[in-house]
Amino acid sequence: MIAGFLQQAINGLSLGSTYALLALGLAIVFSILHLVNFAHGEILTVSAYAMLGVRNLGLPWIASIVLGVAVAVLTAVAMERVAFRPVRHASPTTMLLTSFGVSIMIQAVLVIFISPRPKAVPQPDWLATAVTVGGLRLQSVQLLTLGATAAALGVLVVVMRRSLMGLAMRGASEDFDAVRLMSIRANRVIMSAFAMSGFLAGIAAVLLLARSGSVTPTMGLLPVLMAFVANVIGGIGNLTGAVVGGFVLGFVEVMLRAWLPVGVNGFTTGFLFLFVAVLLLLRPEGLFGARTATRV
Amino acid sequence: MQESMLSVENLTVRYGAVEAVSSVTLSVDRGEIVAVLGPNGAGKTTVLNTIIGLVRPAGGTIHFKGEDITGVETELIVRGGLGLVPERRRIFKNLSVRENLRLGAAARGGKSGFEDDLAELLQLFPILAERMEQLAGFLSGGEAQQLAIARAVIGAPELLLLDEPSLGLAPKLVEGLFGLISELRDRGLSIMLVEQNAYQALNIADRAYVLRTGRIEAACSADDLRDEQELMRAYLGLRGAYAGAEEVASAVPAGAPPA
Repeated sequence: MIAGFLQQAINGLSLGSTYALLALGLAIVFSILHLVNFAHGEILTVSAYAMLGVRNLGLPWIASIVLGVAVAVLTAVAMERVAFRPVRHASPTTMLLTSFGVSIMIQAVLVIFISPRPKAVPQPDWLATAVTVGGLRLQSVQLLTLGATAAALGVLVVVMRRSLMGLAMRGASEDFDAVRLMSIRANRVIMSAFAMSGFLAGIAAVLLLARSGSVTPTMGLLPVLMAFVANVIGGIGNLTGAVVGGFVLGFVEVMLRAWLPVGVNGFTTGFLFLFVAVLLLLRPEGLFGARTATRV
Repeated sequence: MQESMLSVENLTVRYGAVEAVSSVTLSVDRGEIVAVLGPNGAGKTTVLNTIIGLVRPAGGTIHFKGEDITGVETELIVRGGLGLVPERRRIFKNLSVRENLRLGAAARGGKSGFEDDLAELLQLFPILAERMEQLAGFLSGGEAQQLAIARAVIGAPELLLLDEPSLGLAPKLVEGLFGLISELRDRGLSIMLVEQNAYQALNIADRAYVLRTGRIEAACSADDLRDEQELMRAYLGLRGAYAGAEEVASAVPAGAPPA
């Protein structure tokens, strides 16, 4: 029973990692621009297709990871430059609709020029192996997931705490004009935020591919929807909240799937959102949200 | 011949149909403290925000050290040596004191001597030296104001714009604050000081402008303005420095809109 719970806990953390990485990327951009980037999932998708391309060239898996993450960063930065910068001073609704447009466009391009059908991306054989430690079965892909997530979060913490641009991003989430008064270029702060969110989406793409082994034009949609929910759980725009929200969501999802009685376990997602609804009734501002939404 | 730091000519700013600032002309020479006084809503903050590039003017020109900076981006103006301590301080509350100062130091561009300047600055602001690792949000009002000023000064500006630095501070702290501002001038900074606290500001200022409903109503030396009781009463709604409470109360016009 205990071993079973621990086993499911590891599965939950593993699933939650992907949500956490995506939720954090969304939160970084939201905290600075107040933009809910619905095209965030497509950064993940483009990155995964880039990995497919690299593998099709016959290059090794590790090369596909490095290039895939690089493409994710570039995609996020390009998205800001081409789509969001021209509407930066427009209403939040305009920015939101722009992100829908970007999302639809990228999906359409992939459908038209590549294929609407899933394409297999060869993964290394060792990902399918598992080790048993003290009665717990740890799949290699889970170990990779947990390790990569920890590393990515570590990189993010160092950047946000130590680098000038990290401080500027945190400062900008409080008061954007005050950051400009420090002579730090607004465009560079926003570009850095998108680059960070792209980096995290790239890592998420690696992990998603390692689990599923194939790409589709809509593969980013569901994970990013869950990442939105994770943000709501954690408190919108709060970086710590986004990460915790992602893990909570993954954990609860796996637990529901494992322990719900046979007759109702087809409704896992329904119960998951019921859990979210109850949580929001208890804490409407999310786990880490500010109780008073003062923005002066 | 004094060297001009800042020269604002015929500055006009509109918010929609409202003209917030009308044809304002003023200047600051090197080494001066210039006070800009006036009641609430006179356009003082708008003038400062326009000089620093946060607000775009509808007309007029702004020259800093002889260079036209009208309509230039804020980030470039600040890097060029102009600093603003904004109204209500706007320090980064979720960052530590040290992190606030690190961001402020970004305005130095490539200027050397950061370590020396920081050490010197912390002597001026000893309380900040004790609180370097604390979150700025936990500072008291006086400490937060010191941090706001220190954050701008560590960027090594030549001209410092201060927007209502005494706002919300206890009278005892206000005195120390104005002492600090003259100390900064003695160290070579030129200063433009926007204040509602007219008497204290005039005590340290060389010259003063009185701004009312977006227009310059008077421009003269600080001493002259301090002596002009009539002018003070007319434009600032103030009596003498030691006016009784009753007189102060009667100086508020009947039917004045609530603050």
